[in-house]
Amino acid sequence: MTDVTSADQLDRLKAVETRGEARLSANGSSPLSAGVAAPEFSLQDAPDHSLSLKDFSGKRLILAFYPADWSPVCGDQMALYNEVLPEFQRLHADLLGISVDGVWCHRAFAKDRKLRFPLLADFEPKGEVARTYGVYRKHDGFSERALFVIDERGIIRWSYVSPITVNPGADGILDALEELESKGAAA
Amino acid sequence: MTKRQTPHSFRGLEVDPRRDHIQGPANAPVTLMEYGDYQCPFCGAAYPIVKQIQQRFGENLRFVFRNFPLAQIHPYAEVAAEAAEAAGAQNKFWQMHDYLYEHQDALALPQLTAAAALLRLDVERFTDDLRQHAYAERVREDFLSGVRAGVNGTPTFFINGVRHDGSWDFGTLSEAINAQLEKRIAA
Repeated sequence: MTDVTSADQLDRLKAVETRGEARLSANGSSPLSAGVAAPEFSLQDAPDHSLSLKDFSGKRLILAFYPADWSPVCGDQMALYNEVLPEFQRLHADLLGISVDGVWCHRAFAKDRKLRFPLLADFEPKGEVARTYGVYRKHDGFSERALFVIDERGIIRWSYVSPITVNPGADGILDALEELESKGAAA
Repeated sequence: MTKRQTPHSFRGLEVDPRRDHIQGPANAPVTLMEYGDYQCPFCGAAYPIVKQIQQRFGENLRFVFRNFPLAQIHPYAEVAAEAAEAAGAQNKFWQMHDYLYEHQDALALPQLTAAAALLRLDVERFTDDLRQHAYAERVREDFLSGVRAGVNGTPTFFINGVRHDGSWDFGTLSEAINAQLEKRIAA
C-alpha cells in the first residue's frame, strides 16, 4: 500500500534484524551463504530410492529445510510450496523438502497433504545434512526453517533462515529465482 | 546469508478499486486485507471475528478480501473461490463470500448452484462461468499476488500493508488495528 509510513518499514526491518540475531546465538552455527558450493548429500526420498545433489546438476534447486512433518498449521510451509510449485517450475527450479523425519513418516505426510515434490529423510545420522548446511538446531534435534536456492553449477545463490515459528512463505525464493533468470538472460 | 532487499510487505498489496472486493470507505485510515480460502477451517473461524472487527471500527476501517485457495489440501477451495468471483460478476460477491463461510461443509458444485439460486443470481450464467472456469485466472492472480507479498498460510492478514504475524483473535487484531489508527490520528 502506498500510504505506509517509512517508520513502519523501519520497525519491521528492525524486528527482522532482532529475530535474526536471536536465532544465530541460539543455534551457534551459521547457515551457508550465497557464493558457497552446496555440500553434496544423498538421502532417501522413498523406502527404496535416494536422491543426491548431483542428480540435479545442470538444474536449479530449492532446498527447504523444515523442523518436522505434521505441522498443525493450516496451509503450512510445505502445503504452500505445493501450491506454488508451478511457479517454481516456470522459473526452472526443482524443489526438495528436508526434515529429520523418516521415510515412512514422510510418505504418510506427503500422501495426506497431496505433496507433488519429494521429501528427503535426514534421518540417519540424524540431521547430518542440516549440519553441513549450518542449519541444525542441536538442542532441539531438528533443523531450522531454512531455504537455499542452488544454481545449475551447484552454487548456493540465496539462503534464508526464518524464525522457527514463522513460515517464511515463498516470495524470497521467487525473488532469488527471478534474479537467476534475469542474469541467465543477460549472460 | 543474504537479507531480503525489499520488505516483502509492499509488493502487490495496493488496493485496486476496479478489481478488489472492498467494504468500507476508500479514505479509511486503516485497511485490513485478508487472503483467505473458503474451505480452510481457520478462515472459517476468522470470518465472524472480521465481522466483529468491522463493526467495532466502522468507518475507520476498509476491509479487502483476496482469494488464496490451497487447492491441494482443500479440494473445494478453488471452485468456491471461482463461485464467489462469479457472484461478484453479478454484483453479489459479499453475499456469496458470507454464504460460503457460513456453509463451509457444503461447497460442492450442486450446493454452490443452490446457493446461487438462493442469492437470486442468474443461475445459468453462474454455472456457465464455473464450468468454463471464467474466473480461474483472476483467482490465480490473487493467489500469486499473495505469494509475492509473503502470504504464508490461510488466513493471512495485512494491516496497512504490513503482514500481521500475531494471533488473529478479536483482541489481538483490534489492538493491532488500533495501533495503526492512533498513528494516523497522531500524524
